[in-house]
Amino acid sequence: MYLEALTKIPGVSGDEGMVRDFILEQIKDDVDEIIQDSIGNLLCLKKGIGENKKKVLVAAHMDEVGLIISKIGDDGFLKFKSVGSIDPRVMISKKVFIGKENIPGVIGAKAIHLQKKSERDSVPKESDLYIDIGAQDKESAEALVEIGDYAVFDGAFVEFGNGFVKAKALDDRVGCDILISLAKSKTAYPFDLYLAFTVQEEVGTRGARLLANRICPDIAIVLEGTTCSDVAGCEEREYSTKAGGGAALSIIDRGTYYNKELVQALYETAKRHEIPVQYKKTATGGNDAAAIHVSAGGVKVAAVSVPARYIHSPSSVIHMSDYQAVLDLVQTFLQEGITL
Amino acid sequence: MINLLKTLSDMGGISGFEGAVAPKIGELLKAYCDDITVDKGGNVVGMIYAEKKDAPTVMIEAHMDGIGLMVKEITDRGFLTFVPIGGIDPRILPSCEVVVCGKKELYGVIGAKPPHLQSADDRKKAPKMEDMAIDIGMTKEEAMQVVSVGDMVYFKTEAMELANGLFSGKYLDDRAGVVSLLHCLEQLKGKKLPFHLAVLCAAQEEVGLRGAVMGTYNIAPTVAFVVDVCHGNTPDSGSDSIFKPGSGTVLSLGPNIHPGLSFLAKKVAEEKEIPFSVDVDGGDTGTDAWAVQVSGTGVATLLLSIPLRYMHTTVETLSIDDVKATGNLLAEMLLTIKPEDYEICILKR
Repeated sequence: MYLEALTKIPGVSGDEGMVRDFILEQIKDDVDEIIQDSIGNLLCLKKGIGENKKKVLVAAHMDEVGLIISKIGDDGFLKFKSVGSIDPRVMISKKVFIGKENIPGVIGAKAIHLQKKSERDSVPKESDLYIDIGAQDKESAEALVEIGDYAVFDGAFVEFGNGFVKAKALDDRVGCDILISLAKSKTAYPFDLYLAFTVQEEVGTRGARLLANRICPDIAIVLEGTTCSDVAGCEEREYSTKAGGGAALSIIDRGTYYNKELVQALYETAKRHEIPVQYKKTATGGNDAAAIHVSAGGVKVAAVSVPARYIHSPSSVIHMSDYQAVLDLVQTFLQEGITL
Repeated sequence: MINLLKTLSDMGGISGFEGAVAPKIGELLKAYCDDITVDKGGNVVGMIYAEKKDAPTVMIEAHMDGIGLMVKEITDRGFLTFVPIGGIDPRILPSCEVVVCGKKELYGVIGAKPPHLQSADDRKKAPKMEDMAIDIGMTKEEAMQVVSVGDMVYFKTEAMELANGLFSGKYLDDRAGVVSLLHCLEQLKGKKLPFHLAVLCAAQEEVGLRGAVMGTYNIAPTVAFVVDVCHGNTPDSGSDSIFKPGSGTVLSLGPNIHPGLSFLAKKVAEEKEIPFSVDVDGGDTGTDAWAVQVSGTGVATLLLSIPLRYMHTTVETLSIDDVKATGNLLAEMLLTIKPEDYEICILKR
């Protein structure tokens, strides 16, 4: 399992190179063909056995939400824009690492002592926030950071409580890690298995769009980290998924109607093998399936996700039993569940 | 100095629970002091005795407590609700990492309702403390075994170096002050002073200067030098009583400060070329100096401050040079003041 190493690598949408290099290093000897396309997707083929083979695509995205430096002020502070959707409320009082050299910085907040009453009650806008790297002025900041550099939040990988893990970028390095396991598996399938590590999911499922057109798969399964709202402040009726509740199957979200037969087959496979499984109960969010299911004239698609509390924050939390459930379900389904 | 700042900043020890950091500070003081005690208020007191038993006492002081949280309730689903200890800005809490000091130290993340389940109006509002809870990854039954209501919670953020000698950590207010005292003691090593020197690392500053009240009463100094932090410059800070990290130590003036001491401090800083700025407070400096000044029958008090950005967040940021400048000025002043200076302090203002 490479989950810890994977979550530590910076890979904001548009800057996935280091994640891709790491993955490539792990799997290059385990697959039959590797294609890297112009946008940065990594596509690996595991050839199947037999004739008239169908094509199955399993995809996970390499990119994570993060920041991009947009301006260096005369005072040496850095302005930034978010890449992907991040609630500005989770940015305050956090450590960040910028660019290839991992230059450390902090996103501070005006000390509570200096705030006016109205400031205390309001949410700062992203445009009000800035990164402090310790630079005295513009010149000393420019020696360390360039406009266009990406930044990630501090992302220590911590195991805690009863089987939980906290890290950054769990959405979707969990999916990447499961794909690596599939790549390393010695199982031979009666179909060609395409394992796709995509880019730019968080800014509009840009990478997946190109992939599906290239492969024209018969079916596709998207592996994801998805919202999990079994948290303090939420009523049970508001839960989208539950941590520890098993692999989450999507029925519908903002981007996709998932293929009913495929989702049903996945659910039945899980039940047959006593793999914990749940349905995602909200229709919000979206993932690479949105791009894949309308590509190449239409592709049957399902999404299997690991529930992640506080998703898109520097401290996302998953339960490792759910990670295992997604891995088990996908492996089992590929081995026996598919009727194409 | 970086290691020292990091060690102390990364430890627990919120107001009222200084036991988490006090032994470490005691151990650090041991290298310089004749004896170390922990008083009834939880303060760590180091003493360096003068040869003459009836010599007066001079005190240097910084507070060792930090702000934090306290467990209020274990919910049915095992989340921990909390109350603030000290001046906490609720806006720094979402997705903040913490350590819950239960029967053992437990890792936790502060969570809240996800944005997509909030109304558009709520999304524009600052998070309220009562709407957040600590996720320790346990059920209620599991949590009850290791967590109790009233357990203290401290922030997990580890300190790190930034560019140009700046340094960021969660409890630099006022562990950096403690480090400046240690830096001062290092400069004084091997030198005989004509007074007893008391080093007070005070508890409970953040909840009302309480440790300093008790500690100063016990020590009964004639003169006291207090070190705390002041606000550092940021794009949104304005410029009133704001100082740039790296610009030196900050010397306060006003009713809280004995004019004889501030005169002396300015003179010494200029002579020894120690960088400093001057700040003015019309009354309460908001630091232990305010309590120290009116302890016992009165203490001539001076306040030196270290500029600190983002005070009371988990990324408080300062310049290591300012910590050094503060410790250097303390040491130079202690080497300069003579018995007649104490007389001035007692009799004239």
